[in-house]
This record gives sequence, structure tokens and C-alpha cells, in this order.
Amino acid sequence: MRPLTEEETRVMFEKIAKYIGENLQLLVDRPDGTYCFRLHNDRVYYVSEKIMKLAANISGDKLVSLGTCFGKFTKTHKFRLHVTALDYLAPYAKYKVWVKPGAEQSFLYGNHVLKSGLGRITENTSQYQGVVVYSMADIPLGFGVAAKSTQDCRKVDPMAIVVFHQADVGEYVRHEETLT
Amino acid sequence: MGRKLDPTKKEKRGPGRKARKQKGAETELARFLPAVSDENSKRLSSRARKRAAKRRLGSAEAPKTNKSPEAKPLPGKLPKGIFAGAVQTAGKKGPQSLFNAAQGKKRPAPSSDEDEEEEDSEEDDVNHGDHWGSEDDADMVDDYGADSNSEDEEEGEELLPIERAARKQKVREAAAGVQWSEEETEDEEEEVTPESGPLKEEEADGGLQINVDEEAFVLPPAGEMEQDILAGPHAPAPDLQRVHKRIQDIVGILRDFGAQREEGRSRSEYLNRLKKDLATYYSYGDFLLGKLMDLFPLSELVEFLEANEVPRPVTLRTNTLKTRRRDLAQALINRGVNLDPLGKWSKTGLVVYDSSVPIGATPEYLAGHYMLQGASSMLPVMALAPQEHERILDMCCAPGGKTSYMAQLMKNTGVILANDASAERLKSVVGNLHRLGVTNTVISHYDGRQFPKVVGGFDRVLLDAPCSGTGVISKDPAVKTNKDEKDILRCAHLQKELLLSAIDSVNATSKTGGYLVYCTCSIMVEENEWVVDYALKKRNVRLVPTGLDFGQEGFTRFRERRFHPSLRSARRFYPHTHNMDGFFVAKFKKFSNSIPQSQTGNSETATPTNVDLPQVIPKSENSSQPAKKAKGAAKTKQQLQKQQRPKKASFQKPNGTSKGADSELSTVPSVRKTQASSRFQDSSQPAGKAEGIRESKVTGKLKQRSPKLQSSTKVAFLKQNAPPKGTDTETPAVLSPSKTQATLKPKDHHHPLGRAKGVEKQQLPEQPFKKADFQKQNDTPKGPQPPTVSPISSSRPPPAKRKKSQSRGNGQLLLS
Repeated sequence: MRPLTEEETRVMFEKIAKYIGENLQLLVDRPDGTYCFRLHNDRVYYVSEKIMKLAANISGDKLVSLGTCFGKFTKTHKFRLHVTALDYLAPYAKYKVWVKPGAEQSFLYGNHVLKSGLGRITENTSQYQGVVVYSMADIPLGFGVAAKSTQDCRKVDPMAIVVFHQADVGEYVRHEETLT
Repeated sequence: MGRKLDPTKKEKRGPGRKARKQKGAETELARFLPAVSDENSKRLSSRARKRAAKRRLGSAEAPKTNKSPEAKPLPGKLPKGIFAGAVQTAGKKGPQSLFNAAQGKKRPAPSSDEDEEEEDSEEDDVNHGDHWGSEDDADMVDDYGADSNSEDEEEGEELLPIERAARKQKVREAAAGVQWSEEETEDEEEEVTPESGPLKEEEADGGLQINVDEEAFVLPPAGEMEQDILAGPHAPAPDLQRVHKRIQDIVGILRDFGAQREEGRSRSEYLNRLKKDLATYYSYGDFLLGKLMDLFPLSELVEFLEANEVPRPVTLRTNTLKTRRRDLAQALINRGVNLDPLGKWSKTGLVVYDSSVPIGATPEYLAGHYMLQGASSMLPVMALAPQEHERILDMCCAPGGKTSYMAQLMKNTGVILANDASAERLKSVVGNLHRLGVTNTVISHYDGRQFPKVVGGFDRVLLDAPCSGTGVISKDPAVKTNKDEKDILRCAHLQKELLLSAIDSVNATSKTGGYLVYCTCSIMVEENEWVVDYALKKRNVRLVPTGLDFGQEGFTRFRERRFHPSLRSARRFYPHTHNMDGFFVAKFKKFSNSIPQSQTGNSETATPTNVDLPQVIPKSENSSQPAKKAKGAAKTKQQLQKQQRPKKASFQKPNGTSKGADSELSTVPSVRKTQASSRFQDSSQPAGKAEGIRESKVTGKLKQRSPKLQSSTKVAFLKQNAPPKGTDTETPAVLSPSKTQATLKPKDHHHPLGRAKGVEKQQLPEQPFKKADFQKQNDTPKGPQPPTVSPISSSRPPPAKRKKSQSRGNGQLLLS
């Protein structure tokens, strides 16, 4: 377990900022304690200091996880966000997309969101903007990238993709192994 | 051509059609018929021979009929005309002749011989392996042995089974009930063969109609059971209906054994039979079934076995970090799930009756609003009651249900270290904890036994030990057969090691904690009470109430073992009584961080913390030896329990310093040592020094042994106080005795009180001695003591308790 280097921090923050923008600051400066990011086995964990102190006693090969895993760095040092970060992205998300009940299941299986399944979308979403996907009951389902800007979404035909799928909560069941 | 060559008789050979043609019944059957005895063969007609052949082939069915006859080899050849007569006793001739008349059947005399042969060959012993399979469980009565014999006789002839049955039918119809009864009595008197009753199926058939109510269940002869095994692959498969009926019969008989037993059969025979039948019917291995029979009374046993065939209802636990139970229930109902709150003991549980959607894949599940968890798995966490901002260790956390429950009770504050020894199962822990939004957890992959070394000093520890799984047979039926003695002992050994490690990882001086919950999903005493008792002996812990107000109490004795009486505060749950998986929960409180050394001969000083209320201990017998006795240990524990209140305070205060003292005493065996009391006595004297006390103690006043426990507690207390006080060892010594009883007062108060009490105390020891004598054999501490300290009291806030206990303690001291 080690703190992130500058470079890694930059890459990661850039990625996260795509979804929550400047609210990122809220993740770091929290009123209820100091939180930090730590790197362990190529994965980035978001954890409070108190917990990190306890984890420091555990040897590296025996430590499996601490706090919340945000994502991992790939071999080429790109950062990939996992669905486990959803709990922190959802409350601070700037651009949101709501899907209709019929399209929920499809998204949870890893498919992209089509225009026919689109319920609502935040105004002035630009293309390729990171978005968080919700169900109509305001339950966060995952996140992705807007394939079309809001205006384009209105114009496009029903079978067109409007949100590229990146992560969804169905992965807890489908990809349990990749979480660790 | 030679004269011997007869073309008509030439046997066709080869693969052609003619070779396959049958040659005629006689020749065909000759292959099957055994080398026939001369006389018999001469007399047999062709039909008779066929029947004999058939009978030999189908000897499985035949045996029962032969049973009775075999015992008495047929005297000569009875004319077949008297089919009944073929039966053993001549006395039966009369009734048999009736049968004969009724049947009008004539049998060639030789057939009786054949019967005889068959019968004899088939069973020289009474045991008909096949019998029990085919016999009618309802009609195992020997009463009709004679009749059966007679009937058997008939069957002894080479009858097809169907012919036999027909004949029997006729006999029964013809024979009025009177005849039957007459024969019965005769048969009973004459009956020689044991339990031929169960043998004859035919009898049973006939008897069934008439006598099904009257006849008592007759235990198949002991030999039958062995025969079952010997019969091997050719034995007919046991008829489950029959087995089930027999099970019920035997249970009924055993319930009222005196009245319903069959003469000459012992209880153990019935039990053995029952055991085999249960093993057959429910597919259990012998070992496990034997263990279950020891554990449950018979009526409960059957219920338990039945309950294991059926899965428990699906339950889930609301994740209060993300939602509320009522909202979740609403959302799930909207999806088409039929559910209800779990019970008033749980605020977050829901039970699912049925569901139109897969309950483990709803969007609410994926969003982490609930977790599928067995009802019994919620209990240990409720017992542990983790508070916010505590440090908790979960030693065997997979798949993470209990860990997440603890996190939600703590509202994501504090830290939980979730550990498991299995890497694959850890993946599900990671997944579950992330899904449920738990953020205060660190997940590690250690063997639980390494624990205090890696990191220790936790406020609370939860140990859900790996076990044999005998409480969750409904989830995993393989447990029925693949567990045996070695497995259980291996599990128990591992559990003991884990429990000791867990105890060592708890920080006894924690302000808000110092608790450990040990739980298993097993109902075996070796894995539950025995392990807990072991820990009580080996470490400075005591059992406290779990806070669960339902469930069966733990055992304090089981067969030849005796456990500490505080085990009554542990809880057992069964599938058939509580409709949840079999479970065992025990909650410990650690009262000292020191580890008692294993008993050595001389140093029997109790660890400081052990000193508590002086209690008259029936240890007088133990006192005679420094060796720790289990009983003594038990007693000590009792004392310890009594002193929950005082201990708490003392722990918290002197703990830091008392470590020093503890180290001194570390050589002392655990409290149970009777000598601790001796120490106390020394300390009560102005001698002052702990060591001094100890040494003098060894020489010991034997008579003071019994109060030893009391004094030991006091001494322990003393020791605790001593280091903190530093200066005045005497005072603490004095103080501690009084204090122990009184409660853990802050040290400040101790001085003035202590002195006065100390004086008193010194006198008191005498009293305890006397009382000890009286109460030698009492397992429970003296009467006056319990009021002050009862296990339940531990749950009350210490300060309030202290006052009470103080006064009471004083009173008790005087009394004692």
C-alpha cells in the first residue's frame, strides 16, 4: 500500500472529474475526517486515515481491500473506474441520465442505453460527457458516457445509442471476480 | 453311425435358430434345479420340481416362510396333504388339518422334504436377511408363528408366490377369527423360533386384516439386521413406507416402554433398530445419527430429521445504510415479492415467502439495499452489539453478511477488520461490502490463528468459526454422510485455537468493549459447549448473557462431560423449534489481558483479575491439591461471573499498570487455582507483598481452601490494585478483598473503605471456610453471593451496579 504519485493522482482525478467535475474537492476535504487515496496492487482505494492506519499493520500480500475501491490502473497506466465508485459518484454527479423501467434490465446486463429506453437526461449534456445512470426511482444503476448531446438525443431515432455503458451495478453479480 | 448316436436327441449347436430353440421344460429346468437329493427327486413330480426350482431362485421371498419351519426340521416327511402339518410342531396338526380341509390341497409328501431342505438351507438361523425387507412391519408378531409356520409349510412347497398368496387368502377366509386365535395361542406357546412373526409376509398379509390393531409391534430378531448386510446386493430394497411405519412404532413403544415392550427384548435392541431405520429413511450416516440420538429425545429427533429435509425460509436483512425496511418492503412488494417482517426480535429482517422475480437479482439488491442472510446469522451480531467508533475484528467473515451488519450498526464509523482464510470466498466479501456501501472495513487474508500477532487490541471480536455444518443440513445434505468422528474433532481443535487467538485479540481494558462472540452453525456439543468451556479454562474470560431472549440454553452437562454452569447463558437454535438454521451463540467478556499460565504444581496464585468475590467454593476437595481441577475452574468461573461488576472497573483502571502485577502472577494458574485463595489470605495479612503472600500461601492453610476462590478473587483484585497504588501493597491487599465484592470503585475511594473492610475481611475468611465446608458439594456459590452478582447484572451499567454490589458485597462478606 502506498500513496499515489503525482502522475497517478492527476490521471485519476481527471477521470473522476469527468463525472463529478469540481465536486471532486468534496471527496478529499470531507468534514467528517481526512480521507485519502492509496494504491495497492494497482488498485486505488479511497479510505479514511483512521482505517488506513489499521491497514498499515497488515502485510501487503495479505491485504485484500480497504475502504472503497475506486478503480484500477491498467498496465499502460490508464485509470479505469469501477462500479464500486458509484456510491461516491452518484451524489456528486453533474450530468445524470434516467432510464425507463423497461430498459433497466438491459442496462444492468451491460448493454448500452438506447434512445427508446431513455427517460430523462440533464439539460446541456455535451457529447462524450461522463454521466451517471439512474433508474426512474432515483436508484443509481451505473455510469457511462453520453453518446449524444442532449439536443441530439431529441433528434435521433429510437434505436440509436445515447449512453455508452461503462459500469453498472449488475457487475456485482456478473463480474464478482474482477472486483478483486 | 454308432448305436449311441441318436439323431433325435442331437443337440443343436451354433449360432443358428435351431440352437436357440428351447429343448423342453424338463431339460431347461434341469439347469436350475440343484443336484437333487435322491429320495426327494424321485418323489417330485415335474410340477413340483419346477416349483422347487422357482423357489430356489426366488429364495429371497421364500425365507420368511421358511423361518419358522427351519427351526424345527420337519420331522420326516409329513404328507403333503397336511400342508399345515408340514409345519414344525405336531401340535399344530389339529389346526393345520383344518387348513388342510379348508384348502383341500394335497401336497406330495416329498415336497415337505423339499420344503425342509429349502427351509433348512435357507436359514438355519432364525435370521432371514430378506425378511425384514419384505416382512410386514405391522405384523411382526410372532403370535402367528405357528400359523405362519403352517402357512410357510404350504409355501415350503414349491409354490409360486402368487399361489402362496392365494392359498393364504383362502386360508384366511376359511379360517374364522376363532381359528386364528386358537392357533395364535397355540403358536405362541409353541413358538420356538424367535420372531418368526415379522418373517412371514404372508402371515402378515392375512393377519393384517384381522389383527392389525391388536398385534403389538415386534422387533425383528437381532439376526435380521446382520442379514440385511449379508444379504448384500440381492436383498430387496427396504420398503420406505414400512421403514417409516416401523420408526413410528418404535418411537411409540419407547415412549411407553414399560407397557409396550415386547418381552425379552431390551431397550437397546429397539434403539438399534430405530437407529438403522432412521439412517435408512433419512439417509444419514451412522456416526451422525448416533450423535443426534444422544442430543435429542426421540420425539424431537424425528422432528429434527424432518426439518432437515426441508429448506428454511429465505430471509433478508435491510441495509440501513442505504434504505429503510419499510421502503424496501414497499419496493419489493411492487416488484412482486411476498414478504413479511421477520419477527419482533429483528428490526431489519424480512422473510420472503415467494417471489415472482429472482430475489438475488433485483435492482434493489444490486443497489445494495438488502442482503440475503439467514435469520440465525443475524443473531451473533445482535449479541455482539458493536458500538460506533469501535475497532472490531471479524475473524471468519466470508461471505460478509455479519461484517456488513456490524458496519451498518456502527453506521460506517470506527473500523472493522474483516478477515478470512479462504481467498476465493474473500472475493464475495469484497463484492458484498462494496455493494452494500460499507466504507469502514479493511479486508485481510490471514489464517485466524495468527491474529493477535498481526494486530490486536480490538474492542470486540466476532468469531464465526468454521464448523462441521450439522446445523445447516437442509442446505447441504452431504453433511449427513460425510462427517465422522475425525471431522468433528478436527473442527473442534481448529475452533479452540481460533477462539484462543480471538480472545487474545480482544482488549480487555477497552472502554466500551472487551466482548467476544463465538458462534457456529453446528449443533454438536463437541464444537460448541466443549470449545467454550475450554476457553473458559484457558483464558481470563467469562460468559455473559447474549441478549437474545429466545433460543434454548446451552448445555451445562452432556453425557460424561460437565461444563461450566455459565454456559447456560449461551444459546442454541434448532431448525425444528425456531425455524432457522441450527446455530450456537456464546458471548464472552474478557476481564484481563493477562494470559494465565498452564497450571504448574506449586504456583497457584490466581491472576489478579481473577480475584473477586470470595465465594465459598465447594472446592474443598480441590483445595487439597494445587492442581487445578475442572470443578474448581468451574467454581472459579462462577465466582468470576458473580463479580462482573467489580471486575469491570478494576480492569479498566489497573489494567495498564496491573500488567506488571499480572506478570508476576502470570505464573499463577488461572483463578481456578484454589491456592489463589491462599494467596488472598496471605495478602489479607499485613504481609503485604504479593510474592510473599504467594509463597506463604503455598504452605497453605488447607482449611481455607474452600474460601479460596473467594479469597482468590480478592487476591486477584489485590494484585490489580497493588501496582497502581504502588506504595501501599498492604492497603490494596486489604482493599481488594473488600473491593472485589464491593465493586470496582475508583481507587481513590478504596483507601478509606479498604482499610475498614480489610479488617473485616480478615475475619471473614473464617466464615467462608465454614461455609465452604457446608457447601462443598454445591456447585453454586453461596446464596448471599449470587444476589450481588448474577450474570444478568453484567448488562447493567457498572456505576449503578457498583453501589449495589458494594453494599451487598459487604453483606455477603459478612455472611460468608
